[in-house]
Amino acid sequence: MTVKVLAIDDSRTIRSLVQKVMEDAGFDCICAEDGVDGIARFAEVAPDVVITDINMPNMDGYGVISSIRGGEVNQSVPILVLTTESADHLKARARAAGATGWIVKPFDDETIVSVVRRVTGAIG
Amino acid sequence: MTPQSSIRDTFFEECEDLLEALAEGLAAMAGGARDTDTVNAVFRAVHSVKGGAGAFAMTDLVAFAHRFETVLDGVRSGTLDLTPEVMHTMQRSADHLADLVEAARNEDVLAADVSEAFLANLDQCLGAEPEALEMGDTPFDFAVIPLDFGDDPAPKEPAGHVIRFRPLQQLYANGHDPALLIAALHGLGPCEVALDLSALPDWEGPDALTPGLGWTLRLAGQESDTALQEIFEFVEGLCELDISPLEDAPAAVDPLPSVAAPPSPAPGPEAPSAAASAALKPDLAAGAESAEARGPKPTLRVDLDRVDRLINSVGELIINQAMIAQRLQDMALASDDDVSLHVEDYRLLARDIQEAVMAIRAQPVKPLFQRMSRILREAAEATGKSARLLTFGENTEVDKTVIERLADPLMHMIRNAVDHGLEGPDARRAAGKDGTGTIRLGAAHRSGSVIITIRDDGAGLNRPRILDIARRKGLVAPDADLADAEIDGLLFLPGFSTASSVSNLSGRGVGLDVVRNAVTALGGRISIASVPGQGTEFTISLPLTLAVMDGMVVSVAGQTMVVPITSILETIRPAPGDLHRVGTDDSLLSIRGRFIPTVDVARSLGFTDPSARADFPLLLLVEGENQSQCALVVDAVHDQRQVVIKGLDSNYGQVPGVSAATVLGDGQIALILDPDAIAAHRASPATSAAPRPPLFHADVHHGQH
Repeated sequence: MTVKVLAIDDSRTIRSLVQKVMEDAGFDCICAEDGVDGIARFAEVAPDVVITDINMPNMDGYGVISSIRGGEVNQSVPILVLTTESADHLKARARAAGATGWIVKPFDDETIVSVVRRVTGAIG
Repeated sequence: MTPQSSIRDTFFEECEDLLEALAEGLAAMAGGARDTDTVNAVFRAVHSVKGGAGAFAMTDLVAFAHRFETVLDGVRSGTLDLTPEVMHTMQRSADHLADLVEAARNEDVLAADVSEAFLANLDQCLGAEPEALEMGDTPFDFAVIPLDFGDDPAPKEPAGHVIRFRPLQQLYANGHDPALLIAALHGLGPCEVALDLSALPDWEGPDALTPGLGWTLRLAGQESDTALQEIFEFVEGLCELDISPLEDAPAAVDPLPSVAAPPSPAPGPEAPSAAASAALKPDLAAGAESAEARGPKPTLRVDLDRVDRLINSVGELIINQAMIAQRLQDMALASDDDVSLHVEDYRLLARDIQEAVMAIRAQPVKPLFQRMSRILREAAEATGKSARLLTFGENTEVDKTVIERLADPLMHMIRNAVDHGLEGPDARRAAGKDGTGTIRLGAAHRSGSVIITIRDDGAGLNRPRILDIARRKGLVAPDADLADAEIDGLLFLPGFSTASSVSNLSGRGVGLDVVRNAVTALGGRISIASVPGQGTEFTISLPLTLAVMDGMVVSVAGQTMVVPITSILETIRPAPGDLHRVGTDDSLLSIRGRFIPTVDVARSLGFTDPSARADFPLLLLVEGENQSQCALVVDAVHDQRQVVIKGLDSNYGQVPGVSAATVLGDGQIALILDPDAIAAHRASPATSAAPRPPLFHADVHHGQH
């Protein structure tokens, strides 16, 4: 079974980058443009892992996390947050909200792939 | 195109949108908006530029965006007052950010001192010493959280590690799976795993559901601490964890070792998540609500070439439709015949398709106008004047190419309005005006054209001085008596400048003549109106699209040609007494007390021998550049219709007097005349309004190539 990744980011650039890296690694990648879109896609595609930006219009990344964690379906899916800041308090906040892990932008291809593998147990 | 470079393109495209959103948000804030949506949008724009730039290691851009973001964050959180100075700095910073993006796109580097100055301005807002930027220095640093590794690691490599690990409830809640962590440790080397049941809860007690499973792992091999750190990075604080070197441990593993105390006080299992969700609820509710209200319209980005190909095909479709209609007309079918009715439907559909396709190329002038507020700020700063820009009709849509090619002229006119139009603050106050000048930039659709107006509330044109300068430069005869409108028109003459001291702004050797040329090249016209003491208004009228135009189909020397409707003032069949011969083969048309030069189109394009023509059956009175008029001599006028413009430049190069070609309904190719060029070859614009026969006479032969 191919690992299905849901990437939620309001930046087209970052979405394209994540998608390319994920697909190059052999994962399926579905993209969403903001939190609300992300939650809708989440229900549709039942991803194996969610990668979400924090700062987004409509619903931010924390909203995405609490919506998934507080939901009925697939609520313990690994959720990775993309953050530009490596500041510890931001990670602590993401974790308190229920994030599984984080990826600090700018990320390199290997880092993001290895993090996704780490939280999903996926080989490829 | 490599995938990487295509994502890079995506980034710069996205930057355009972001910078636009930034300018828009800042303009709203400057206008007093303080709502969270606006401030957040501004913050997010800068944040996203930074995020994308980081991915491509554009360090200058990242560093500046980061500092800018810090200031915006201060404004957002209320720790920084939004004083006019801070507002100004933010707007200038947005300009600089745009410059940095542009530089990055061109793989250029901006002068360091400029960036330093902008950074210093931002720091001044923060009122603090410059903050160190860790990101810029280590662009690909994957953040590592220092873990408590218990005792100091031994100086020499340990033979392995003992890891005691017991998840708390939140570890599971956050989507972690202990099995994955154990598997990851296995990946590092030979690993013995023992289950630790010592902390299992009392199944009868109140804590029955508290997770209690733990593991002790004995990992052989000289693993680096970093590798271990990485595996446990995400679960630090979500579990009890103790990692110690194996070297002094006995070879046999204690099956039930006691679990070490957690390295950091672990939060209670429920407390943090409850607090977190409570804190997040407002966000969530607000988010869902606003998404309903302002969900972005779905859009599709398409390569411009594809659109142009489509426009071209639709052009052919229109021509094809016209050909069929003409053929049917020749067959003299009854107008209520089935075929005629269907062809009429076809015509309407083709027109619909054409309009829809044109709409694809149309874009609002908003981004263009927003760029002008920057130009205004820079111009005001450079001239020491105070000015504000008000824009109207920003959502007016115009062909993309028109917008692109309008940018430079518009920029010049804004600079011009600040530099020459507006008075200094003192002079304004002395005249009883607000010390801050206002420049109004507007766009509107009017009967198939786009009208752009640039109006200042300055002193108005100083006509005596304009006339004086024009006389001194020999642009106009010393004794010429010109009407106000004619004097205003002198501004558009090449090399004219009214600035008594050449400033470094509009006096760059670029005059309004360049603006006028750019506008006429777009098939548009520019005019000027001024009231002393109240200001000056420039009006640019442009066609909606460059792909089709309304033309008058005429015959000239047996050739079918098209004259753009926009330049035709009227059609005249002159009485013999209206024409006055001047010299041997040139005539002036006398109309309503004025003399207008005539141009024999057939002759000026080289079709006929001048002596072959005896009379002038028809004249088209056309207005060219600078309101100069001339009468084109044609044999017959057929009808008015929309024609699809086909460029000639790539096949023939520039043909003087001919701007393009088109294909008519019967398949015939017709040249589209350029009345401006024809008129310009006949008479110099400055004199045509107050004609002096000898001048025209001297010009006669220029029209004949």
